Amino acid sequence: MSENLPISRALNAGLRRALETNDRVLLMGEDIGPLGGVFRVTEGLQKDFGPRRVIDSPLAESGIVGTAIGLAMGGFRPVLEIQFDGFVFPAFDQITSQLAKITNRHEGAVRMPVVIRIPYGGHIGAVEHHQESPEAYFTHTAGLRVVSPSNANDAYWMIQQAIDSPDPVVFLEPKAKYWQKGEVDLEAPALPLHASRVIRRGTDVTLVGHGAMVTTLLQAAALAESEGTSCEVIDLRSLSPVDYGPLLDSVRRTGRMVYAQEAPGFTSLGSEIAATVMEKAFFALEAPVLRVSGFDVPFPPAKLEGTYLPDADRILEAVDRSLAY
Amino acid sequence: MTPLDDPALVRVLAADGTLAPTPAAERYLPLIDALTDAELETFYRDMVSIRAFDVQATNLQRQGQLALWPPSFGQEAAQVGSARAARAQDHIFPSYREHVVTRIRGVDPLDIIRLMRGLTHGGWDPTDPKNGNTHIYTLVLGAQTLHATGLGMGLVFDGKCGTGDPERDEAVIVYYGDGASSQGDVHEAMVFAASFQTPEVFFLQNNQWAISVPVATQSRSPLYKRGEGYGIPSTQVDGNDVLASYAVSKLALDEARAGGGPRAIEAMTYRMGAHTTSDDPTKYRTSDEEKAWAGRDPIARMRAFLEARGASRQFFDDADAEGAALADDVRVRTNELGSIPRAHMFESVYSEAHALIQEEQRWLDDYEASMEGGAE
Repeated sequence: MSENLPISRALNAGLRRALETNDRVLLMGEDIGPLGGVFRVTEGLQKDFGPRRVIDSPLAESGIVGTAIGLAMGGFRPVLEIQFDGFVFPAFDQITSQLAKITNRHEGAVRMPVVIRIPYGGHIGAVEHHQESPEAYFTHTAGLRVVSPSNANDAYWMIQQAIDSPDPVVFLEPKAKYWQKGEVDLEAPALPLHASRVIRRGTDVTLVGHGAMVTTLLQAAALAESEGTSCEVIDLRSLSPVDYGPLLDSVRRTGRMVYAQEAPGFTSLGSEIAATVMEKAFFALEAPVLRVSGFDVPFPPAKLEGTYLPDADRILEAVDRSLAY
Repeated sequence: MTPLDDPALVRVLAADGTLAPTPAAERYLPLIDALTDAELETFYRDMVSIRAFDVQATNLQRQGQLALWPPSFGQEAAQVGSARAARAQDHIFPSYREHVVTRIRGVDPLDIIRLMRGLTHGGWDPTDPKNGNTHIYTLVLGAQTLHATGLGMGLVFDGKCGTGDPERDEAVIVYYGDGASSQGDVHEAMVFAASFQTPEVFFLQNNQWAISVPVATQSRSPLYKRGEGYGIPSTQVDGNDVLASYAVSKLALDEARAGGGPRAIEAMTYRMGAHTTSDDPTKYRTSDEEKAWAGRDPIARMRAFLEARGASRQFFDDADAEGAALADDVRVRTNELGSIPRAHMFESVYSEAHALIQEEQRWLDDYEASMEGGAE
């Protein structure tokens, strides 16, 4: 059975199913109750599961994450919503110094099955602190798992897989794509949580990215094809750990890779992936792995985000540079 | 007016050990009257033992056996009173100085030694029944107040408090200090605790100094008054009076356990030693101040009280011997501590396999093997 759903509704359906199947799952965040969250991802869930399963929290991000740690110690599986990417930083200590390390500090005796949902990234013309790409902060922290779906089917399944994980998962939701529809197979999960996926086959250049950037990569691949260049596109899906298998297989065939991300480039996920691919597939490469990213500036005012964010043209420029080696 | 002159202060024993309840202590006297001789003697023995342990651990640090030691010297009464007030089913969240609290709950003091020696980041398993639901130390100030509050929220959600059955109801007690009271997490914990009416006692040990910074820099008003702002009934107690500390904690825990919501206690005490073995209190406080607080020593106070009640010389000698035995045991076992295998570093970062960690562990194994091979 499948259904055509926007990502926000797919997430809603995934959360609903998790609430139904495990009564230790609970949702907590700001405005997630009657309002259904500012992006309506939790719409209707408090009505159906009650205020003890779907909790409107005080406006305190460190409090949301810190109390979720205690709830997890008490056997719950909290799924948290941080209202916007830029608001996760007040909770940064509780995420990186506490949540990420609790299992390690307890030598495995205490598990932290906590999911932190964060709407992230640009493309929505919002105001300051509402359009950030903080993934590198979390992928840099041992103890956290970090994932990001790019389509409705993954959103539906990956949220459930994240909730099932005994480890803390930072679940990055590409907010620009909340309304993008896709087929959701409600019965068969496609891939494990930490697998990357080839979503378009090609022979000349491997394009890699995650979240909202996947759409842009597909656009670039279509444009490249019209110019006679065949691009393979890989959706990273899991940011920590990275599933390098499909990336390395692909680059060994194409000899070229372009990595695209919204986040600033310096010490970013793209830096890490470029370095690793060059270490592991050096002799297969015809050109250095190139990165297309946001600039190393604070996310600009909305009227400049079109300039800041990588688009298909900037990706194609990198494809051309790669092919020129 | 010194902090100890606040008319709201609950004190039962004067500094010289005579029974001299303050007006605020009147409501607690039945709880103290109910204590048996054996319980009173246990309080004393707890304090004496942990001081002997504390002195031993400080010496071990000075001798290079430990990376650091945070002494509890002087704060024994606040800790013993509150910990003895907790029931077996209650949950304990210490910060990093609650040595006697953990001991009362069953944690092996050597587990704290292992932490301070650099063999672990935790040292004990809070889910192991022998550790009395006692969580590991948290070194980031105030962070554990949120964990305690979350656990308390879970108790509410699971109907594990306020059932009307005090044998079954559970509560949480969380320890933090006057310095930590400035942390945002403590503020957020109190907001959540009040909002969700957690069965929780916030136990603030005001030892007057946050390393070198006096409590006046943390707050211009008595810290216990903050609780009221969150809608949390709050009490100030003489933390060097083990009887008052016990009674105030017992009532607060009983009320929390029964479904009355959170309670806050500010125990006025004094860190007679250094913050940790890394600092030097003579640089920031006067010997007059230290002398004044030495005159309020919680152990001397309780000893005078017990002597006046007729406790025998033998009892005190036995308590001292018990402390000495603990200290000796800790020294012997510290010297026997081995190292940790390198694999330990990789083992519990995640509960399930993580590709990067696995790859790095394999690399290190190969690397070590190649070095061993090269040496042949």
